[in-house]
Amino acid sequence: MTATDPRRVVEAVYRIESARLVAGLARIVRDVGLAEELAQDALVVALERWPVDGVPEQPGAWLMATAKHRAVDVLRRQENYRRKLALFTREAEATDELAVDDHIGDDLLRLILTACHPSITPESQVALVLRTIGGLSTDQIARAFLTTEATVSQRVLRAKKALTGVRFELPGPDELPGRLAAALGTIYLIFNEGYAATAGDDWSRPQLCEEALRLGRILAGLLPGEAEVHGLVALMELQASRIPARTGPSGEPVLLPDQDRRRWDRLLVRRGLAALDRASALGTFGPYGLQAAIAACHARARTAGETDWGRIAALYRVLAHVAPSPVVELNRAVAVGQAESPAAGLAVVDALAATGALARYPHLPAVRGDLLERLGRRDEARSEFARAAALTRNERERQLFETRANSVAGRPAPWDGPGRE
Amino acid sequence: MRYLVLLEATNPAGPPPPDLMAAIMKLGEEATAAGTLLDTAGLLPSAAGAKITVTGGELAATDGPFAETKEMISYALYEVGSREEAVEWTNRFMRLHRDLWEGWEGEARVLQVMTF
Repeated sequence: MTATDPRRVVEAVYRIESARLVAGLARIVRDVGLAEELAQDALVVALERWPVDGVPEQPGAWLMATAKHRAVDVLRRQENYRRKLALFTREAEATDELAVDDHIGDDLLRLILTACHPSITPESQVALVLRTIGGLSTDQIARAFLTTEATVSQRVLRAKKALTGVRFELPGPDELPGRLAAALGTIYLIFNEGYAATAGDDWSRPQLCEEALRLGRILAGLLPGEAEVHGLVALMELQASRIPARTGPSGEPVLLPDQDRRRWDRLLVRRGLAALDRASALGTFGPYGLQAAIAACHARARTAGETDWGRIAALYRVLAHVAPSPVVELNRAVAVGQAESPAAGLAVVDALAATGALARYPHLPAVRGDLLERLGRRDEARSEFARAAALTRNERERQLFETRANSVAGRPAPWDGPGRE
Repeated sequence: MRYLVLLEATNPAGPPPPDLMAAIMKLGEEATAAGTLLDTAGLLPSAAGAKITVTGGELAATDGPFAETKEMISYALYEVGSREEAVEWTNRFMRLHRDLWEGWEGEARVLQVMTF
């Protein structure tokens, strides 16, 4: 394997170009599914030719030209050949230099919003977004999500099927907020799967976090006036900044209060705080901006003891109002438990548990266990941690909860910020 | 994966061609829009800098310029999925110099940053 191994160069160039490639092609053929196939065809041709002919001088332009030829072939074979060819010729003239085309931003935005269309299930949206905009192979996606290639292929297929008849266009002003929220949700879903791996042996899978961050940054560039896009980017940058400190020497989870803050990624902290400033300059925080503001409270505290829990509890109160959810309420309980007293926090958790929400959610007993422990109610605390260990599907987390159960003693709250939905 | 790209070069006499500067700005814009370029900046000649060395237990600070034939010109920090991606972005950057500044010669080092 060298820096010039053609196979790996093809993959790298495809990762860089795929979003623009698929977006440009989708404009020509008016079909995201077909555009994705054409881009894949071009990739296959490159994989055949580059190892033999050498890597072209302008690999991105080469891929685009090849894919366009395929698009012409496909359109020729279609029944309404004449009408579409006329359309294509016009589009092809207009998109001759797609890389410098003013419309590429619109195409890309259209592609992202279409891939996150409400007619597609979330897991299929994730697969389609990672394939088309992320430029990841089915195999790479399968490995990231600990599933099989066949499953991912099925998800992509279902996504394309759901998109049949969906026009490749920007939603109108009425529709945009809802569609944007869906896209943000999909990106955060990818991030969270990496940040708080719900299953498997690893505590986090940074590759998925990086991928989601990249998608978020792309979207922020496309919609610089949308506060929530910057809010989401800020949230992801700030959470990702803690990844280096979230794992101990043997891969075990290290919770927020115990993290060595010198290991936080300073660059991501700075970028996150800057994105939060941009969100705040644009208006009122939405759910992502609020969560980012909470993450920023942690980022700004040089030690766990300096954390402004009062502000965090207040922000959770607003968040619970704007985007009520049991998980937000649980997070609020942690903040109240720190800002006021363990008893006040416990009252919030108990009120939440009484509703029957989060009955199978391991962090509910974990938070309860921590508050009980701080109140000196050790036997109850121990059984709550044991219950948390029994509920989690993540192996690292199970070990963590078992350790807590076995060593119940005075410790700070075991919470690592929001985001476990 | 994060990569630091350090550019060392011997610039021909005179200021860089405006076309090159415009092309570099555009490439940087593209890489930023792709969510890949985290940070980049040019560096002033070493005459404006200094060097601190430890030799034989002695700590010494020396004013620039340094005696090297090439100057450090700029740095870029990329977040990418593979080394090949960082190499590809750097290829594009170097190609601009080759095509838009006659007589220019340089070397870009693509170094992986320890992270995560």
